[in-house]
Amino acid sequence: MKILVPVKRVVDYNVKIRVKPDQTGVDLANVKMSMNPFCEIAVEEAVRLQEAGTATEVIAVSIGPAQSQETIRTALAMGADRGILIQTDAEVEPLAIAKLLKGVVEAESPDLVILGKQAIDGDNNQTGQMLAALMGWPQGTFASEIKPEAGHIGVTREIDGGLQTIKLNLPAIVTTDLRLNEPRYASLPNIMKAKKKPIDEKTPEDFGVDVTPQIEIIKVAEPPVREAGVKVETVEELVDKLKNEAGVLS
Amino acid sequence: MNTLVIAEHDNQTIADATKKALSAAIALGNDVHLLVAGENCADAVADAAKIDGVAKVLKADDAAFAKLLAEPLADLVVSLAESYSAIITAATTNGKNFMPRIAALLDMPQLSDITAVIDADTFERPIYAGNAIQTVKVSSAKKIMTVRATAFPIAGEGGSATIENLTSTGDKGISEYIGEELTVSDRPELTSAKIVISGGRGMQSGDNFTILESVADKLGAAVGASRAAVDAGFVPNDYQVGQTGKVVAPELYIAVGISGAIQHLAGMKDSKVIVAINKDEEAPIFQVADYGLVADLFNAVPELDSAL
Ligand SMILES: Cc1cc2nc3c(=O)[nH]c(=O)nc-3n(C[C@H](O)[C@H](O)[C@H](O)COP(=O)(O)OP(=O)(O)OC[C@H]3O[C@@H](n4cnc5c(N)ncnc54)[C@H](O)[C@@H]3O)c2cc1C
Ligand SMILES: Cc1cc2nc3c(=O)[nH]c(=O)nc-3n(C[C@H](O)[C@H](O)[C@H](O)COP(=O)(O)OP(=O)(O)OC[C@H]3O[C@@H](n4cnc5c(N)ncnc54)[C@H](O)[C@@H]3O)c2cc1C
Repeated sequence: MKILVPVKRVVDYNVKIRVKPDQTGVDLANVKMSMNPFCEIAVEEAVRLQEAGTATEVIAVSIGPAQSQETIRTALAMGADRGILIQTDAEVEPLAIAKLLKGVVEAESPDLVILGKQAIDGDNNQTGQMLAALMGWPQGTFASEIKPEAGHIGVTREIDGGLQTIKLNLPAIVTTDLRLNEPRYASLPNIMKAKKKPIDEKTPEDFGVDVTPQIEIIKVAEPPVREAGVKVETVEELVDKLKNEAGVLS
Repeated sequence: MNTLVIAEHDNQTIADATKKALSAAIALGNDVHLLVAGENCADAVADAAKIDGVAKVLKADDAAFAKLLAEPLADLVVSLAESYSAIITAATTNGKNFMPRIAALLDMPQLSDITAVIDADTFERPIYAGNAIQTVKVSSAKKIMTVRATAFPIAGEGGSATIENLTSTGDKGISEYIGEELTVSDRPELTSAKIVISGGRGMQSGDNFTILESVADKLGAAVGASRAAVDAGFVPNDYQVGQTGKVVAPELYIAVGISGAIQHLAGMKDSKVIVAINKDEEAPIFQVADYGLVADLFNAVPELDSAL
């Protein structure tokens, strides 16, 4: 089984981002960037399937600026075999990302594509489902467990009420939730080895995809700030304030 | 052109999240139709017809829609799409699952998790775990959107919508429902509860959550958790509040043994009143708490329980 893993370069999850004073966006200058945490989980799952002998090849693909190379290298250091970079400096919307990924899927014919359920910058939670639609493939979103078998895959999904298990025909799309696995740290020898693994470079034009945004950003603003309140000394004082000051307890 | 809202329901009643998403749909100004797809969903359809502001209920009653799997549901919605200029649903796990599939089949962009309707084309939505709010304008022929339910009021009762029966578009059979493991609880549902009490890593074990449950039962509250508490196996996944879990905005949110990571705050900082109980006075949760109590939770929570 061949697995394709789209990986996205995003602001590191520990960074407290700042909105630009002119409200045109988020200030990303000199900010630490990392692989989107859900994409790390996707790479880890693919590599585990390869180690278990289920997967034969794992390909990492990223769409973004030249520095997205680093994100692909991280995936290669975790164990992916080779990379594809579709280089663009444009802000590409999920539908256009999905169309580019469709181009890659058609060229590579993977049996399974594992994506993150959401990127922690745009928080869109769209790309995997859109790719599934464009391919006419089934989708197993928010996966906390996957079990590939001959011709199909079992996916346990994290849903609002608990867990749901579905069975999908292959080829299929899976998106990862937090509890699918705990991604490994790449070892130094593997980081060195990854430097020699091939990365193919492409552009959106190679796939004939128009990446012009269809959504116009009018402004990006700070959310209303919440002021820190008061410290109470005792439980008794807390209950009194909740009843008589805040009025949320009767 | 009208607006189509896709309902979340349990075949009996329409979910509160849908009734809130309806308020966003009504704000667009066009006639609103509510699609109820399910199996044996007549009661839910009757409930839908009573909601204020719904002009028509579309009923699709077929085994293909029993579990709202994305593949058959998307095909159904695409078959209806021609007469709608907006397609909307609540950003529940179901909505997040099927909506982008519908958008891509229609070759339209999607707006996820809108929190305000500025005008018929302009909306607000949070990005970066709610640390920035984007105002966006959509020029596409159809607006495909998921709605953050906590940001909108619940639509009222008193409507009398007409009901139209749809023919099923069937199921191509590429996906199959196998089973479910649902959390059973008599407590209110997390996203619509008026009071939520959540525990974090500081709870130390799943058994210790009983002290929170006892308080919750006295207050009629729902119980939530941080990611750390879910990852550690203290409580099931559907308890998780945060950027990548559930978003809640109750009257009162009580965070117990939770440090206040940005990813957690993203899911609860719009609560009306926030209480934090934490033994570390430097914990970031205190920066958003209206009332902070620096104390060991194993003393404070039982004390709270007996004070109520
Ligand atoms: C209105 C709008 C405003 C934007 N503003 C900003 C901004 O201020 N700053 C900014 O940095 N970006 C911005 N973007 C870009 C945006 O953050 C996302 O990069 C883009 O929309 C994709 O959405 P997502 O990553 O949230 O997708 P999701 O659907 O949440 O991503 C899910 C998964 O899809 C895959 N994936 C997504 N993108 C890629 C990729 N590029 N390469 C490989 N795999 C991928 C990954 O597996 C990922 O885990 C904006 C986009 C839009 C539409
Ligand atoms: C991609 C991604 C997505 C994430 N999504 C979410 C999400 O949706 N929701 C979420 O919650 N997190 C999320 N996280 C995780 C988040 O970053 C934090 O790790 C998590 O919220 C920490 O949980 P916690 O506060 O329970 O644990 P900790 O940070 O370990 O805090 C425990 C707190 O308990 C206090 N404590 C310990 N013992 C006691 C005691 N006896 N009495 C009183 N206080 C005590 C400590 O002082 C400490 O402040 C995400 C992370 C990533 C990378």
